[in-house]
Amino acid sequence: MEQLEKLENQSIFIIREAYRQFRSVAMLWSIGKDSTALLWLIRKAFYGRIPFPIMHLDTTYKFKEIYEFRDKYAKEWGLDLLVYKNEKAIEDEVGPSKRKFECCTELKTNALKEAILKNKFKAIYLGIRRDEHGIRAKERFFSPRDEDFEWNYKEQPPELWDQFKSKAKNEEHIRVHPLLGWRELDIWEYIKKENIPIAGLYFAKDGKRYRSIGCQTCCEPVDSSADTIDKIIEELKTTTVSERSGRAQDKESAYTMQKLRSLGYM
Amino acid sequence: MNSQLKFIIVGSVDHGKSTLIGRLLFDTHSISADKVDEMLKTAKKLGRSTAFAYLLDHLEEERRQEVTIDTTQVFFKTDKREYMIIDAPGHVEFVKNMVTGATQAEVAILIIDAEEGIKEQTRRHAYLLSLLGFNQIIVVINKMDLVGFKQDRFLEVQKEADAFLGFLNIKPLFYIPISAAEGDNVVEKSKKMSWYKGKIFLESLEVLKERKSLEDKPLIFPVQDVYRIDDKRIVVGRIAAGSINRDEEIKILPSGQLTKLKSIEKFGQDNVKSSSVGESVGITTCDPVFLDRGDVISSSKYPPHITDTFTADIFWLVKEDFNKTERLTLRCATQEIACEIQSIRERIDSSTLRVIEENADVLKYIEVGRVQIKTKKPIIVECFNDIEELGRFVLVRKENTCAGGIISGLAIS
Repeated sequence: MEQLEKLENQSIFIIREAYRQFRSVAMLWSIGKDSTALLWLIRKAFYGRIPFPIMHLDTTYKFKEIYEFRDKYAKEWGLDLLVYKNEKAIEDEVGPSKRKFECCTELKTNALKEAILKNKFKAIYLGIRRDEHGIRAKERFFSPRDEDFEWNYKEQPPELWDQFKSKAKNEEHIRVHPLLGWRELDIWEYIKKENIPIAGLYFAKDGKRYRSIGCQTCCEPVDSSADTIDKIIEELKTTTVSERSGRAQDKESAYTMQKLRSLGYM
Repeated sequence: MNSQLKFIIVGSVDHGKSTLIGRLLFDTHSISADKVDEMLKTAKKLGRSTAFAYLLDHLEEERRQEVTIDTTQVFFKTDKREYMIIDAPGHVEFVKNMVTGATQAEVAILIIDAEEGIKEQTRRHAYLLSLLGFNQIIVVINKMDLVGFKQDRFLEVQKEADAFLGFLNIKPLFYIPISAAEGDNVVEKSKKMSWYKGKIFLESLEVLKERKSLEDKPLIFPVQDVYRIDDKRIVVGRIAAGSINRDEEIKILPSGQLTKLKSIEKFGQDNVKSSSVGESVGITTCDPVFLDRGDVISSSKYPPHITDTFTADIFWLVKEDFNKTERLTLRCATQEIACEIQSIRERIDSSTLRVIEENADVLKYIEVGRVQIKTKKPIIVECFNDIEELGRFVLVRKENTCAGGIISGLAIS
């Protein structure tokens, strides 16, 4: 079996395991390449009838193209789209111009907390990958969070073969990571193979393209002339720049991502 | 081509696992410039000279204490193929993380410090590898720079390792003297060990084989879930062995009912005629049979075994002891059932392999038990050596995995 097929089959298996175990679930869609690929896999796993909501955490700082893409495909794919904002923080003018750490925590992590509490979700699907960031490389496929949403990375549960964790009493929810074993290059090769629609921001315009997309205020495009999927794949095979080099929250200090994640960040 | 080999590096704490991986990535130019930069900066800030381990040990605590806490997986590529490397913690506290990593690997590298030789954790990791059925192992003897690159010392450690591994029925493919910190015999051949004529580490990886696929075995299809889509009841799961063909006669276990396969369902694909091991698919049947998670669909001619009693080796992964009077939940493939451990025939120290006690009543943290298990109802199992997916299981206590197990024998009534 080819590598992409292996990854696809493994991801679909994980997606189905989580739904069977928790039923009350949702998927977090950032409208970026990874979570859009995850959404594609979820559509496949459930034969086009996704039995749970697809959630977008709207910081209000996203790109215009991202909102357009979201609305177009939510309609086309018949998604049960849930949009969550941390209204209070937005009112209090929490924003990226002040502290980035606080902004990520308030507008993303706390918006997610509210959404989970309100909807009583037991598990959330996320499109994070191990090769994105050293901290994410330490993740499990099923990763528990406690009532404060903290990730206890020092005491992660064993995950033997494909026997995944069920939710224990002291655990608030389980993060499910079906794409953990995919690399950036796999994602793009899969997008190509399956012809998955993808936001235009990833393709180069005037010598620059976005390689990883977050809020408009906190991500920078990289130098690139790759304006097609094939060229992106070619670029990734030779680049010496890391994927998240344009993402501000990774850079504030060496352990910002670790701290953000231990508080419940994606 | 285009397949990926997953290997794990195990061994005692401080014997250089993370450093070896860092060296491998660095010398093959597999890491991005900004990551190298970050690694050098962090090492400088902490006042350390060997920075390679920082590529993997990403948690703040890991870098400060210079010890890997959790398993990391990284990717790496040569002209021949792609690899996923799993870096396992060597500290005794983190055995469950090591086992987690090992169950996702196909082959294993055992690393031994040339100066220190075999330690408690070296033996424990080797024993766990043998329990988990690893048959391709490479031994690297690291830190040769600390013993003056001397062949005598290499041969001494090799002899000691060979004796212990032989006892576990492990025959390593290679013994390789290296210095991960200085780069000898990892990616570049060492100029300081001209006495060594064998393969260097990177070359040795290229001869490793992926685990045999179970395509030629009779069909095993554990049912994961059942979806109702329009007027169809689609039974979904991942094929654990063999292949599935349309119109083929199948047997449903444990009920023993026979029926025919009506269709194979994959989203966006019509008219699928067959699917094989590893594929996540859905099926529909000709007769309206009742199917649910935990059932196993098999070939009608060669169904797997059904029993409620079997022997197994289990490794206890949590700090709270197991007491024989306790009931646990057993999970094997998609089956989940209450079970009791009828007897702990031997309680084994996982480092020395010494039998601590026969017919024991308890099993403690990181001990191995040779046990007999009885499940509440018969389940579908096989010996691990025949069909891995039906021969391995986890034991669950209060929703937490507390042990892993490998089936060694079935009691067939």
